[in-house]
Amino acid sequence: MTLRLSELHPGQTGHVLRLDTEGSLRQRLLDLGLVPGTAIEQIMHSPIGDPICYRVRGAMIALRQQDARNIQITI
Amino acid sequence: MNESSNVADKLLNDVRLLRQKLGSDLHDRLAGALYHRAAQVSAVGVHVTGRPAVDWDLGADKILTSRWLGFPIMIFALMAILWLTIQGANVPSGLLADFFFWLEGHLETGMKAIGSPWWLTGFLVNGVYRGLAWVISVMLPPMAIFFPIFTFLEDIGYLPRVSFNLDRLFRWCGANGKQSLTMGMGFGCNAAGVTSCRIIDSPRERLIAILTNNFMLCNGRWPTIILLATVFVAASFNPAWSGIVATATVVAVTLIGVAVTFAMSKFLSSTVLKGEPSHFFLELPPYRKPNLLRIFHRSLIDRTIYVLGRACVTAAPAGAVIWLLGNINAGDQSLMAYAISWLNPIGQFLGMDGVILLAYIVAIPANEIIVPTMIMAYMAGTRMTELDDMGELATLFHNNGWTFTTAICMMLFSLLHYPCATTTWTIYRETGSVKWTIWSNLMPLILAVVVCASVAQLSRWLN
Amino acid sequence: MGNCNSCSTGCSDTAPNRTALVQIGGVYDYVVALAGNPNTGKSTVFNYLTGLHQHTGNWPGKTVARAEGFFTQADTRYKLIDLPGTYSLMTRSVDEEIARDFILFGRPDCTVVVCDATVLERSLHLVLQIMEITNRVVVCANLIDEANRKMIALEARALEAELGVPVVPTSARRGHGMDHLLQHIHEVATGAALPQPRRARLDDEIESAIGLLVPQLLQMIPNLPCPRWVAMRLLAGDERMEQALRSGELAEFSKDPAQELVLV
Ligand SMILES: Nc1nc2c(ncn2[C@@H]2O[C@H](COP(=O)(O)OP(=O)(O)OP(=O)(O)O)[C@@H](O)[C@H]2O)c(=O)[nH]1
Ligand SMILES: [Mg+2]
Repeated sequence: MTLRLSELHPGQTGHVLRLDTEGSLRQRLLDLGLVPGTAIEQIMHSPIGDPICYRVRGAMIALRQQDARNIQITI
Repeated sequence: MNESSNVADKLLNDVRLLRQKLGSDLHDRLAGALYHRAAQVSAVGVHVTGRPAVDWDLGADKILTSRWLGFPIMIFALMAILWLTIQGANVPSGLLADFFFWLEGHLETGMKAIGSPWWLTGFLVNGVYRGLAWVISVMLPPMAIFFPIFTFLEDIGYLPRVSFNLDRLFRWCGANGKQSLTMGMGFGCNAAGVTSCRIIDSPRERLIAILTNNFMLCNGRWPTIILLATVFVAASFNPAWSGIVATATVVAVTLIGVAVTFAMSKFLSSTVLKGEPSHFFLELPPYRKPNLLRIFHRSLIDRTIYVLGRACVTAAPAGAVIWLLGNINAGDQSLMAYAISWLNPIGQFLGMDGVILLAYIVAIPANEIIVPTMIMAYMAGTRMTELDDMGELATLFHNNGWTFTTAICMMLFSLLHYPCATTTWTIYRETGSVKWTIWSNLMPLILAVVVCASVAQLSRWLN
Repeated sequence: MGNCNSCSTGCSDTAPNRTALVQIGGVYDYVVALAGNPNTGKSTVFNYLTGLHQHTGNWPGKTVARAEGFFTQADTRYKLIDLPGTYSLMTRSVDEEIARDFILFGRPDCTVVVCDATVLERSLHLVLQIMEITNRVVVCANLIDEANRKMIALEARALEAELGVPVVPTSARRGHGMDHLLQHIHEVATGAALPQPRRARLDDEIESAIGLLVPQLLQMIPNLPCPRWVAMRLLAGDERMEQALRSGELAEFSKDPAQELVLV
């Protein structure tokens, strides 16, 4: 099933399918290791709901919801 | 030369053709291939042998960034740091002041004994020495407490969590969550804060962070705020409450600074620096056990002594200048009296007085010396030449016509006014733009004038 | 291990086997750069080796400018450069450009890539890129104490065999493994050991495009040490690299490095 990254629940893990962003954010995400097939787990929200923290390749990375929405994942 | 540039042109032409053939997803493919290889290598050389029984990091994060506790913990941490700083600095500051003024008396007697003329004694002892003595006794104890605690939080890994918590607010203002990291650096020194803005990728958001860093109280201004909060604001309350009142005052001023940062960021991003908020990504490192020895070394030797050294270098000449202004007469008045009476109407309009403004002008090179300059100027104007007790400061201020409003306006002016000379130079270096450098000074100055004048007016109405 | 702060005030006797490069601030024989992901302990390693006090702390992005210091190992004097942390060398941002430009145009005699042993995979992504720029790479797998706590074990020999460059596990804050690191830096910088990096294989189409460009680049700049990397960056449309090619900045590489100053 495909979802947007922003739709993951805390503790849930998905795999990166596709990045629907362009430009420097896309490059950054790739540099951080979000290449297709990478496992990504939602860890927690910030107190006001946004940004959201994910575990990618062992590291904790915080992304804004609007950016996470543009990452397609499969679960 | 011509030939080689032809070769380059041909090569670049080939590159262009190949690029078209390859398509636009080259970066994706490179990153994919490199990560594929990285995974292969680590599959061979990295072995996960088990899982720790308890994930302390996750547990701590769930509390420090939780919905209900995230913000209260941040504010509580700020209050705790400032309370410890204020309470802890009280006694040593007093002792240092006692010592220095005891020594001053002896220096004066000593100088007289070896036959030094009155003007030399005055210049060296009442000018240079007194400037130094003030800076050290007022600044050293709070910094020696504040910096180690702040460094502790920095080493343990709390700063990125603050960024994480606050990003949403920054997004509302069209700014970047990493701005809070640069603000954290600004608490130590605005010049360092401005340089650290390089971690923000978007040029627009970086400029916003640079221009608003001034509203973070730097170590040059903490002592001013702490001193006023302690000897003036808190002193008018029951002594049992004074520590709490002083802390609350300083926290309030700090939070006003944060609020102004948000407001000015919003203002900038919806006027001169219009633009879409860019993206934000931040790595939250694991919590690390700080190394206490290193913390003390770094915060005491590297920071406290450095800042104090800088303050002394500017305080000594400032003390000398004040003494000269007070002792060179033009006609029947000293130069200082002229300057003060000239500045007084402006000062009154802003809820302060001419002496305070003079202090701000003398202190342009470094904010650290505002209070000492002011005290020296007041004392030069009275017959009182000695000040053995911090408590007498309040009396000195009262005798010079200070009210509650004066203290409030002075704190606000100190919070807002303009960046010190070092920071201004750093802003120029980082932006490479005269326009933004001027703007970085004018914007806070206008704000400071408007706010102080309004507060002064309001208090006149209320009375 | 010897800390030689006096070098920064200028030791004057010449180096044993190479003309010393003289610059304001000191005399040294070799230049060593510290690169790596943000917050992996580069400045901690720097401080340990030079005895200086660069800003360290637990958040990414403390070092935003280049810092320089000196140390001595086996009677050889080194200049050490602490660089800002970067996730990659293929994206543009102020601090990243400082690191990338120094690794490429500063031509250090040895580049130490400080890695986070707890997330080694991500650090290796950068190691693989730096191995495209230079052969003279030493991998410092730092934060080993944390990796142990998280029950992650590294097999340095196996990693070395896979990468083709020395891999040294360290705990910089406690000084563990630093002697070993120094020894490898010394060997690589002096040329006593020549690492043979095993580069990542890219997809066929990219490899063949690179294959077309490399001979042209080498014809234009005979001694260019990193033609693959330059080709890759040109294909990615990197304007900085195009400009370096046009302005002759890259052509500097064809001169004998021993006879000139490092100018970056
Ligand atoms: N436990 C442990 N902590 C370490 C070690 N090395 C460094 N640290 C800590 O890791 C944090 C980051 O270290 P830095 O040296 O500032 O990292 P850096 O790579 O220079 O970071 P940037 O300049 O921000 O890129 C600091 O809190 C260090 O005290 C180590 O070997 N073990
Ligand atoms: Mg660093």
